[in-house]
Amino acid sequence: MLEVESLTTRYGSISALRDVGLSVGSGEVVCLIGPNGAGKTTLLSTISGLLNPVSGSVKFENEEITSWAPDRILRSGLALVPEHRRIFGDLTVDENLLVGGVTISSGRRLELKEEIITLFPVLGEKLSTEAGYLSGGEAQQLAIGRALMSEPKILLMDEPALGLAPVLAEVVFELINQLRQNGQTLLVVEQNARRILEVADRGYVMRSGSIVISGDSNELISRDDLFETYIGKTDTTHE
Amino acid sequence: MNELIQQIVDGLGRGGIYALIALGIAVIFGVMHLVNFAHGELITVSAYSAYGLFQAGWNWWFIVPAVILIAGMTSVVIEFLAFRWVRGAPDFTMLMTSFGIHFVVQALFVMYVSANFRQFPRPDWIFNTVKIAGISFEVFDIAVIFFTLLTLIGTFWILQKTMFGISLRAAAEDFDAARLMGVRSDRIIRGAFALSGVLAGVAAVFWLMRSGQAGPTAGLTPMLKGVLAALIGGLGSLGGAVLGGVALGLVEVMLISRLPEGLVGLTDGIVFLLIAFLFVFRPQGFISVRRAERV
Repeated sequence: MLEVESLTTRYGSISALRDVGLSVGSGEVVCLIGPNGAGKTTLLSTISGLLNPVSGSVKFENEEITSWAPDRILRSGLALVPEHRRIFGDLTVDENLLVGGVTISSGRRLELKEEIITLFPVLGEKLSTEAGYLSGGEAQQLAIGRALMSEPKILLMDEPALGLAPVLAEVVFELINQLRQNGQTLLVVEQNARRILEVADRGYVMRSGSIVISGDSNELISRDDLFETYIGKTDTTHE
Repeated sequence: MNELIQQIVDGLGRGGIYALIALGIAVIFGVMHLVNFAHGELITVSAYSAYGLFQAGWNWWFIVPAVILIAGMTSVVIEFLAFRWVRGAPDFTMLMTSFGIHFVVQALFVMYVSANFRQFPRPDWIFNTVKIAGISFEVFDIAVIFFTLLTLIGTFWILQKTMFGISLRAAAEDFDAARLMGVRSDRIIRGAFALSGVLAGVAAVFWLMRSGQAGPTAGLTPMLKGVLAALIGGLGSLGGAVLGGVALGLVEVMLISRLPEGLVGLTDGIVFLLIAFLFVFRPQGFISVRRAERV
């Protein structure tokens, strides 16, 4: 469904991504793990059109989407829950969800909003609250709900559990599990490598802008050397 | 007491016009981070359109909607010809672009129309007064207040209730995040310029009814007042812009009516001093705005 080939992205003269390749098949949950600064966010930003690569290609459903504008990529069915959530704090929860559904028909938008509220009841209780007043956990649910409002074929999530208390982080992982059971294709960047590997089908390990290892989750999770060498100690304790 | 009420109504009338101009400036600043010093050109273009249409034998009833429409379209055209090319450029580049447009438009009118002001008739009811509860008011002030309110209600309805408005507010807060949701930057920016132009058009109608003339610099004073009002209100805050406009109008009227005759000429100077004083205590203006991302 998503094919990334030899992608290279630079910030000025610094290569943030070097020759990166990965693929995500329909219905798969794939995770991207690695230390801070490995280029995980850069990769998601490049795929979703916020950054332009200097070389390489991104194909989505066999269509070349490299360097398309973010809104066009979204319309083709690829949505991103960005790092730090980036919900619209001045808008109400309701309005945030509506913006998430800006690409779909108004009838479908209202239907889908009801579905999202069923999935995240706390959002339903706070529809008219300005999103800037939500707690971290609520804001994360809103960010995910907002992204789901576009009915994406694939959902990219950039550290959805970042900054959440362990209990709330667990809620996010449960949710990923639930989305997976609904057949949602997912590509998730996560610091908590062990926990996300428990949920994902496959994983890629990034370091210094490159993918160093990839494989099935079961295989990756059993490799202790991997955690010591590439991921460090952040894998068990979540920040 | 009666005098004070009269002055307040007078100030609201004046402030309403400022508010409409300031709101247009704030809308553009919100989505592009551009302080649009070319906003006054919309009023200049409106003024010449009114003049031209009078020459063609039109009357105010038809000129009003025509001017509003022309201002809205001019705004979109200016975006298309000039600002489109500097989207995402540093704020200073966009600021210089807006100055460039200001001078180019002004020069075009000097070269192809005239450097002199051209007169056109004001509506005949403009200086009529009406007595309400024993106090006489200018009909014009009341009309301005009424139509400004109507325009503001319409604008805020668009911003709060339509998908365009909600998307525009989202884009004003975080443009990239809005694009990630599928909001089309072209449409939002073009829409913002159209809205801003229509608001300038409504303001221009009132401004021109009172001034009754068109000149190359006709838009300068209203633009400066609008920028000032937007700054006082908190640049980028839409509610703040309206508040800033009304406050500016009220303060001006109060000063003009209270200053000794020889000092009335200093009104603008005193207003600036007051604003400087305000910024010492509230540098962000009346309403502070959440961090806004640029396009």
